This record gives sequence, C-alpha cells and structure tokens, in this order.
Amino acid sequence: MPPARPLRTDTGRPTSPLRSRIFRLTLVHVGLFAVAVLLLVGFIYWSTTDSVTRQIDATIDAEIRGLAEQFGQRGLSGLVASIQRRSAVAGSSRGLYLLADARYQPIAGNLSRWPDERPDAEGWVTFPLEFPETEGGGLNFGRARLFDLGDRLHLLVGHDVRERTRIAALIGETLAWGIAGILALSLVGGLLMSRSLLRQIETVNAASREIMAGDLSRRIPVSGRDDEFDRLAGNLNAMLDRIERLLDSVKQVTDNIAHDLRGPLARLRSRLELTLMEGAEAADYRDAIRETIEEADSLLRTFNALLSIARIESGAPSESFAAVGLGALVTDVGELFDPLAEERGLTLAVASEGELSVRGDRNLLFQALANLLDNAVKFSPPGGRLALELRRRGGEALVRVCDQGPGIPPEARERVRERFYRLESSRSTPGSGLGLALVAAVAELHGGRLLLEDGLGPQDEPGDEPGDGPGDGPDPADGRGGLCALLVLPLSAPCWCSR
Amino acid sequence: MRILIVEDEKETARYIARGLAEAGYLTEIAHDGQQGLVRAVGEDFDLAIVDRMLPGLDGLALVETLRGAGKATPVLFLSALGEVADRVKGLRGGGDDYLTKPFAFSELLARVEALLRRPSKADAPETLLRVGELEMDLLARRVRRAGQAIELQPREFKLLECLMRHAPRVVTRTMLLEQVWDYHFDPQTNVIDVHISRLRRKIDKDFDQPLLHTVRGSGYCLRAPG
Repeated sequence: MPPARPLRTDTGRPTSPLRSRIFRLTLVHVGLFAVAVLLLVGFIYWSTTDSVTRQIDATIDAEIRGLAEQFGQRGLSGLVASIQRRSAVAGSSRGLYLLADARYQPIAGNLSRWPDERPDAEGWVTFPLEFPETEGGGLNFGRARLFDLGDRLHLLVGHDVRERTRIAALIGETLAWGIAGILALSLVGGLLMSRSLLRQIETVNAASREIMAGDLSRRIPVSGRDDEFDRLAGNLNAMLDRIERLLDSVKQVTDNIAHDLRGPLARLRSRLELTLMEGAEAADYRDAIRETIEEADSLLRTFNALLSIARIESGAPSESFAAVGLGALVTDVGELFDPLAEERGLTLAVASEGELSVRGDRNLLFQALANLLDNAVKFSPPGGRLALELRRRGGEALVRVCDQGPGIPPEARERVRERFYRLESSRSTPGSGLGLALVAAVAELHGGRLLLEDGLGPQDEPGDEPGDGPGDGPDPADGRGGLCALLVLPLSAPCWCSR
Repeated sequence: MRILIVEDEKETARYIARGLAEAGYLTEIAHDGQQGLVRAVGEDFDLAIVDRMLPGLDGLALVETLRGAGKATPVLFLSALGEVADRVKGLRGGGDDYLTKPFAFSELLARVEALLRRPSKADAPETLLRVGELEMDLLARRVRRAGQAIELQPREFKLLECLMRHAPRVVTRTMLLEQVWDYHFDPQTNVIDVHISRLRRKIDKDFDQPLLHTVRGSGYCLRAPG
C-alpha cells in the first residue's frame, strides 16, 4: 500500500482568487461559452452571405430577362442601347454588363474586358474586379452569368459582391468585439464570484482554525440566507455541538471520578487500615471485610452507572433498537415497584392509555422508568400517592411519574440531570446522584427528552382523584408540590410490539 | 467439575481461578484465543468462561468456532463491552450467559453454578420441583409446603420457580430480574428485596424452619433445613 500523503491543514494564508477552483471553473465556462458564440455567429455569417448571394443571383436573372426582351424586340441596337442605359446607373445598382464580339472585344458595357475565368455549366462565373478611383477604388469580386448570342456575340450580366463583403466584414467585426466583451465580462465575473465564494469559505476556515486552536465553543457564522453555505455551516455547527457535548461528557466523567469516587475509595482504605491497626478479633475482621465489600459493591455500581451513562450519551440509536411496547413496560415497572411502594405506605396508581410503540432499547427504557419510580418512592412522605401513567400526545408518548415528595425547585431542575448532582435536602437519602442523569441520557438516545414539572401537590385531601397529573392542585407557592418526571418519546409507526 | 477460563489478563484469570477453586471447582487457564479454542475443542470441560476481547482470536469467534465444531460446552462470556448490542451478539453467537466487567465475584459464581445446573435438552421437562417440604407443581401451578397450599401471585410463582430451579444455589438480584422479569439491568435499589420478603412471608411465616435465605452481598437461595 503506498504511504498515505499527509493532509495539509490550512495555514491561514488567504487563497488567491486566481488559484481558486471556482476561478478555474469559470475559465472553463467562459471557454465553452466563447465556442458557442463562435458557432452561432458562424451560422449567422453563413446564412446571411448565402441569402445575399441568392438575392444577387435573382437580380442578375431578372436583368437577363429584361435584356433578352430588348434583344428580341429591337435587335442588337436595342440591346446595346439598353446596356448603355443600365451601365450609366450601375454606380448605384451595382450591375455589371458587357457585350462582346466573337473575339471577346467589348462592344458595350461597363467592364473593361471579358473575364478570363471559365464559367460553370449554367454559365455562372466569379471574377476579380478592380474599381476605378471615382467609385472608391479597391479590388473586389464580381459575379456574373455569361451567354452566347448566336456565333458572333457574347453577353455578360452580373453584379459586384461588395455588399456581401461588407456584411461579412460587419459580422466579423461584431464577432471579434462580442467575444472580447464576453471574455472580459466573464473574467471579471469569475473573479468577483470566486472572491465572494472564497470569502464565505474563508469564514468557515477561520472558525475551524480557532476551533483547532482550542476554542471549541466557536461556531461558524450563518448568514441567514438559507443557502447551501448556510446549510453547510449549520451541519458543521451541529457536528461541533455534538463533539463539544461528547468532550464535555468525557471531561465530566473524569471530573466525577476524581471528585466523587475518591472519597469512598479513601474511606474504604482507611477502614481497612484502622482494622489492621486495631488488631482485633477474627470476628471484627469479618465485619470489616463485609463492610468493605459492601462499600466496594456500591463503588462498582456507581462505576457501572457512570459507564453506562457515558456509553448511552455517546451512542447513536443502535441497530439493536426494536419496537418496544410502552404499555407493557409501564405495567411491568408498576408491578415491580408496587410492593416497594406498598411497604412504604404509598399508593401507586398505574394508568395506561392503550399500547404505544416506540423504537428503542427495552432494557434501557425499563431502567429509566425504574429510576424514576425509585426516586418517587424514595422521596415520597409515608401515605403519599404515586402516579405512573402512559399517554399519547400527538406523535409522542408521554410516560409520567408523579409523587408528592418535596419536589425540586424550578431553578434546580436543570442541574439535577447532571451526574452526582444532589439537592442539599436529599443528601441524607441514599443514592448515587446518577439516576436522573441516566434517565436524561436514555431519553436523548431515543430522540426524546426528560421534563421535570410540579407534582401531585401536597399530601392528599380526601376525595382527590389520583393520577390527574400536575393540574391536580399543585401549589407552586410552597415549592412542595411534589415532582412529575415526564419521559417524552417519539412514537414509531404502528406495528406489532415485542414484549 | 472442570472449568476452562480463557482470559488474557493474568490477574483477572488468577483471581477467577482462585475463587472457583475455593468453591470446589477444578480450573484451567488459557491466556489467548487460539490456545483457548484448542483446549475447549480438544478436552471436555463442563463450562468455559471466555473473555470477549482476546489477543489472537476474539472470544466471539472462539465460541462460534466451538459451536461449529459441535461442542455444546456451556459458555459464560465476560466482557468490558456492556452495550446491549454486544450482549445480544454474544448470546446469539453461542454464549449461554453474559457478564459485564467489573463484576462481583458472587455474581460470577452464581451464574457459573446456574450454567452448570442447566438441564441438558435430553432431560424430560420437569413438572414437579421440590425443596425440602416445599413442592411446586408446574402443570397445576400449585405450591404446597408440608401439604399446606400456598396462594401465590403469578409473579411470585415465577420468582419461587426460579429460586427452586437453582436451589440450593444462590441467585443474584440481577439474575432474578433477567429470569423472572425478563429485563436486563443492574437494579440499584432494594426493589427486588421487597418481592422476596413478600414471598418469604408466604412460604416461611407459618413454619419454624426458614427455606428462603438472604446471602449477604450476593443474593438469595432456597435451602432445605439440615
């Protein structure tokens, strides 16, 4: 395999418009256009001269007919008189006439001598013609038809072709100027176009350079004209957003490991150290080891949760996605948590609006719902109500988990999705602080989102219907309206759902 | 019972071998895929624990070749790749169970024992399970302890069935979620414990000798007293 040529990154030196690809394309274009103009003008030239020639031929034929009439009616003298009359006005009519004797010596007419050229089968001949100074001089061609009038006389009737030459010259001149103009305009246009395109590309390059230099928050400016450059910039920006999010997430995981896992590890170590120092009984050792194992287990769980969040966040909707029936999922998770809720003296109301199908990973979706319910159970006061419901709203499925716990103040609702973020008030509740982060990641992986809203309101008044959602009398004033977590997922096309 | 461990990380291999030896199994270690394949095909092991990522020949290819050679040795995959797609690939490729690293040894042990106990296909399907004085009739879907009928919810029935099939071995919480609820994830909470304690109330409450035991840091097991 040949060694790959290293790609050169851009040095920031602006590209000259003359070296740009757009300019080269413009040149090719101009060339093609010039050829087209040449062909067009050539055609005009050919058809114009052809029609002028035919006109001349027709005039000559008409003259011949006139002269033949004279000859027939009035004999030779009539013909000579007619030729002389016509020759006299030949300056404006451009007619050529010559009557010659048997030895081709001129008798009458406006030509000095009989042409040397040989006529074609119909008697047509083209010959060089010199004009006297009185008519502007110069050399041109004459076109004429030759006749023999009996044995003794020869007649030439023709026309000079100065008109044709003039038209040809005019067309030639037009062509030259036209092509010159087209070339000049195209060059200028090409330069302007490549400069403007280069400028637009340069803005992309400039942004890329800044990003390469480390400013990941930099984005490519969008003009708002919604042209192809805007779309390119939009796509690049979306790509950069994703890269930035991934890098942030990597950084966050690293920070989390540094800050939140070092503590438990240090605790674990000092416990072992203390046990060793105290040199206690075998039973104490067993206890210490057991506690250490528990702590290590919880560390492992945290690690695994962190890893799965990172994996879910960096993942794309995978090929393992299948149709998942949310109704069955909601029933299952409700059934799984019902005993736990009951043990805490909570009532869990499960309501499902038929079967809704989404494309996704049923294990991840189940885990997300389990996390939400787990939180709801954990934070509910004894005797509280919990609601788990599945609804359809337009093209989306809504899974809502509501409780009557302390809720989350609106200003903290964004932050609780972050890893390890825990409200001050929940520090004493067991948990890793990763639950909602995982739910948010799962929602995003499925093209959905996690919303946090006010919950079922404070502890029940008797007669309240459970499960009516957040409209069910939350009291935002005291901020203790409980919490509703909404998992919003895009519905897939109707299908048979796998359980 | 001989178990083949195919694992390139020497430390992990040694630790698994030591733990399994402690539990009474004979273990052999292969440090790369080729060696592992040769031994798995050439010798008769009761179980192979195979890492997914191996030098030489990767674990998935190893197991596919092993199955191609007509060997039905149960295989437990170990993997640092925990994505669902990997798990599915591993199980489709011929693996019998899949455990993601890092794992607790008790989880590994429980799964190893479950795999070793797996009835071969030739066995007639069981219709009656028995642990001590506890009986489960799988056809009539009835449970009795010492002749006394016990009413169980469908899910409790499945839970008990799972525990009875594995008895007296330990079943972890993750295994219960997989086998009883058919969901695969790491339960971070005690949600399973509540189901167990309900079940325990039904089968153990009126009797002196408990059958359903909690194994700390590991899971649950059903064990006849004595």
